[in-house]
Amino acid sequence: MYDFEFVKPASLADAIAAMGREGAQALAGGMTLLPTMKQRLNQPDSLVSLNGLAELKGVSAADGVLTVGAGTTHAVVAATAAAHYPALAALAGQIGDPMVRNRGTLGGSLANNDPAACYPSAVLASGATIVTNSREIAADDYFQGMFATALDDGEIITAVKFPIPDKAAYVKFAQPASRFALTGVFVAKGASGVRVAVTGASEEGVFRWTEAEQALSGRFDASALEGLSVGADGMIGDMHGTPEYRAHLVKVMTKRAVAAAG
Amino acid sequence: MPKDGGIGASTKRREDVRFLTGNGRYTDDINLRGQLHAHFLRSEVAHGRIRGLETSAAADMPGVVRIFSAADFAAVGGLPCGWQVTDRHGNPMQEPKHPVLADGKVRHVGDPIAVVVAETLEQARDAAEAITVDIEDLPAVIDMKAALAPDAVKVHEDLTSNLCYDWGFVEENREAVNEAFSKAAHKVSLDLVNNRLIANPMEPRVAVGDYDPWNDMSTLYTTSQNPHVIRLLMGAFVLGIPEHRLRVVAPDVGGGFGSKIYHYAEEAFCTFAARALKRPVKWTSSRSEAFISDAHGRDHVTRIELALDADLNFTALRTETLANMGAYLSTFAPSIPTWLHGTLMAGNYRTPLIYVNVKAVFTNTVPVDAYRGAGRPEATFQLERLIDKAARELGVDPIELRRKNFIQPDQFPYQTPVAVVYDTGNYQATMNKLLEISDHAGFSERAAESKARGKLRGFGIAHYIEACGIAPSNLVGQLGARAGLYESATVRVNATGSISVFTGSHSHGQGHETTFAQVVAEMIGIDAGQVEIVHGDTSNTPMGMGTYGSRSLAVGGSALVKATNKIINKAKKIAAHLLEASEDDIELKDGKFSVAGTDKSVDWAGVTLAAYVPHNYPLESMEPGLEETAFYDPSNFTYPSGAYGCEVEVDPDTGKVEIVAFTAADDFGNVVNPMIVEGQVHGGLAQGIGQALLENCVYDETGQLLTGSYMDYAMPRADDLPFYKVDHSCVTPCTHNPLGVKGCGEAGAIGSPPAVVNAVIDALHRGGHTHISHIDMPVSPARVWAAMNAK
Amino acid sequence: MAKVTMTVNGRTMSAEAEGRTLLSDFLRQGLGLTGTHVGCDTSQCGACTVHVDGLAVKSCSVLAQDVAGAAVTTIEGMANPDGSLSTLQQAFQDHHGLQCGFCTPGMVMSAAALLAENAAPTEAEVRHHLEGNICRCTGYHNIVKAVLAASGQDVGKIGIAAE
Repeated sequence: MYDFEFVKPASLADAIAAMGREGAQALAGGMTLLPTMKQRLNQPDSLVSLNGLAELKGVSAADGVLTVGAGTTHAVVAATAAAHYPALAALAGQIGDPMVRNRGTLGGSLANNDPAACYPSAVLASGATIVTNSREIAADDYFQGMFATALDDGEIITAVKFPIPDKAAYVKFAQPASRFALTGVFVAKGASGVRVAVTGASEEGVFRWTEAEQALSGRFDASALEGLSVGADGMIGDMHGTPEYRAHLVKVMTKRAVAAAG
Repeated sequence: MPKDGGIGASTKRREDVRFLTGNGRYTDDINLRGQLHAHFLRSEVAHGRIRGLETSAAADMPGVVRIFSAADFAAVGGLPCGWQVTDRHGNPMQEPKHPVLADGKVRHVGDPIAVVVAETLEQARDAAEAITVDIEDLPAVIDMKAALAPDAVKVHEDLTSNLCYDWGFVEENREAVNEAFSKAAHKVSLDLVNNRLIANPMEPRVAVGDYDPWNDMSTLYTTSQNPHVIRLLMGAFVLGIPEHRLRVVAPDVGGGFGSKIYHYAEEAFCTFAARALKRPVKWTSSRSEAFISDAHGRDHVTRIELALDADLNFTALRTETLANMGAYLSTFAPSIPTWLHGTLMAGNYRTPLIYVNVKAVFTNTVPVDAYRGAGRPEATFQLERLIDKAARELGVDPIELRRKNFIQPDQFPYQTPVAVVYDTGNYQATMNKLLEISDHAGFSERAAESKARGKLRGFGIAHYIEACGIAPSNLVGQLGARAGLYESATVRVNATGSISVFTGSHSHGQGHETTFAQVVAEMIGIDAGQVEIVHGDTSNTPMGMGTYGSRSLAVGGSALVKATNKIINKAKKIAAHLLEASEDDIELKDGKFSVAGTDKSVDWAGVTLAAYVPHNYPLESMEPGLEETAFYDPSNFTYPSGAYGCEVEVDPDTGKVEIVAFTAADDFGNVVNPMIVEGQVHGGLAQGIGQALLENCVYDETGQLLTGSYMDYAMPRADDLPFYKVDHSCVTPCTHNPLGVKGCGEAGAIGSPPAVVNAVIDALHRGGHTHISHIDMPVSPARVWAAMNAK
Repeated sequence: MAKVTMTVNGRTMSAEAEGRTLLSDFLRQGLGLTGTHVGCDTSQCGACTVHVDGLAVKSCSVLAQDVAGAAVTTIEGMANPDGSLSTLQQAFQDHHGLQCGFCTPGMVMSAAALLAENAAPTEAEVRHHLEGNICRCTGYHNIVKAVLAASGQDVGKIGIAAE
């Protein structure tokens, strides 16, 4: 990889300052960024490690909201969120592999917004709020297509607030090589109704399947989805699956998620 | 004799201790004083003409020592091909030049154009980015059928076409086979693809070149399965360095599976550059680089047809295959789709007439060569898929159709119509064993249980034959091999009785350091701990051909037995002298020489000491010392065989296939270390199951590799696979090597792909999807779902 | 360049590292601990797995400077204090859980992390846990068996053909 200046601030304020410099890029777990840099596809002047920021770490629940620090690793979410939001914990426990889960973070995943990443589906289906150093962004406004988000340059995600739903589940059909989601569906039934978010399938990245949400709002049962189908237009087609196949999987995974949510 | 250390014992591997503690010594662990780093600038396009190469800016960058390109290699030879195939008209194959660095044209993504040698690797990479290559894009030749069209763009302009050869075997049978088809009561055919694979040993390739100008001595440390072959090919054909000025060392090597047999440009480069710069030069492949520079495997497109008579006897078999060679001929590439494939087309069956046609094709892809099994998996897959299809179409049980046509146990030795003579085998026995250990009888109950859970369960069977220990040298020479295929061993008995064995075989996971010691220990009757096995260094081992094709024990082990027998014969003479007895009366048992019928004896160390301290020694009739070398050239191949059973569950909603059970009943002849044999089968099965369900090397139409990393090339992982049940209790020993062994390294990868696909088709038929006759590998969820939904 | 210090296998060790120096390179080149292997460049194969402050991580995807001051354990630190093989290492030898040995350091480090948090894992848990460690030689059978055996479970019937 190209060389860069490594900076590891001890406070969020220092991190924000460091991120304000020309050519600075944030480093969270590095599970995607570092392999990309090894291929010399990315050339920051400085990498600002967020791994020394205690204020970005931790999971807490209060008033029906689970707040997860952006620097919390998947492994910690899998272990500590289970008591409050089991579906989210289960999702975190399926990301990558144990070593990836020990480094990769929620904030890193959301900032990258890989179209096949697991976390965006949980954030969108939960109707969560992304908290940054400067503002709060609703999930519906945050995801803006493949690898695109509402974040400004230098903006750092500090936490995500998940309203805890009554029922929820995530079911993922893994791409056989990368183990990312070929199609993953997160279903949540909460105070604001039923939300269904799909990752891995669309060329636009994570999206809400609104027809399914409506059908499930009437009756939260897999059978409510019987007559629905997802169009193949705009679905990803590659060697691992055609657009038609992914569209089909959206429905199958949604049914399974509803069944798992109970 | 300690029973835990001789032939037949599951002796724990001695090499494991260093590997488990991080003390293995792999090539990348070697760092020489003053070492420079090489970075290869590789083509990003599949096909193009190099119009210009501007390196001056790069040459001025920090740390750069020198930049090499094709012009630097004008005086040296290209990479040689080790096998010349003769086509069906009697003409030699078309053999293109294979320059060390691309000369005038690039022919695949990854073709090396220039090399930067710098003080550090990152400096070399930085400088490589400053090199400007002006390439005129040419249309890429990717699809094999299109490559053979009369107006196709040529990969090599100095050849007449993209056809390497059009091979017919047995050419004289061509008309008779056609005639048999015209008379057949039943005909069955199948079009299939044997998917392109990448061997992917976990250790990427590494080369470290070193040069000692004061002694004019070159040394290459390399990740090779056969250091002597590299020394010969590179020394004699590429760089012009005689053997005594060139040492090749392959230390601990992290797997090969065929991909580390071949002589690669990077090895020649590092050796050459070290001489030019008089400093060590190291290259370590990244995994991404491995995907576009290691030889690939398989990649056949085949149509196979079977003719049967009214009683369902196989009467003739006809196949037509397009085999991808890639852009250049890798070391043994031409032999794989021909001699290692055509000669196996009889399988385990009595089919009297067989004709195999293979057209080998040049394309703008990475060269294709042997990968675990090499030709034999392709033959087995075609045959075993076709027989299953035939059984289904004819409404008979696939197991019974096989049994009916098996070469029967009393028919050995059996001359097949495709040149080879199977010495031994008992296919009914392995089939019986498989049905027993796979609980075939209980399958329908398990299928019903799966169905109750909404899953489709299927059982698939395959019976394979393979040919290992390719030989004899004079025959393979007639078939086009440009090398011998013997093996060697030197047994050096030391004065106090310990033994150093120097073998031409090479262990890169097979455990020779343990098993070869077991053989010697058993023969002499001493503790295996007294025997060390040395391999991998041309400076101390006798010329040997290395390890591939499941040959090490059958060929290398036979050389070891021969050399050890010479040792024993001489030791008996020494013992006879010491015991003042006739040599004929000397018996060797448990490491002790005794005079038959007396209590007079001398132990092993007494004899070995006498050999090296020959005070009481018949010097007038015998030399002192106890060291012998033997070369063994087999008289025939060995023919392992076996029955494999796969049980799958298909998720009808997603098309995902899960292997729920896999059973193997192999006949490997005699077995030296059952634990290691089983491990070899396990590994082969995982690779075969990987081919069947997961792995695929895919190029787009422009020649870009779409599966250039583990993000898209699906390697089998622990949770893709079950525990296997393996058995090797069916034994018909090989009749023509001293240990009666056959070889076990490739079997798993040969027999498993058709068993898996047969199981999937069986499951789908049981689920009512009777319109599906075949799904090409990898049988991915998307493909299964598409097949289920194609009406 | 910066001098980076960490505690490796219980010993304080230092070497120079650039910003871009990966932990795997720091260990292999900087400290000469070549037991940690690098098998890919996309953070998939797991051959480079080490423990950082008790957690298994892929050292090829961690910057050395980012873990300055950490306690790192590599395969060289896994044997018993007297140099004999640990229970887990011994189980790999006893059950032939390695062939070429290249993925082995990562496998051992990953399996050790599993057993530290789950003293008696099921077969499925072992397989799921080893998802991030690719082995090309063994077909995983004997690796899974070794890990189960190391946890004290009876593996005598696994893979036995005749029942």
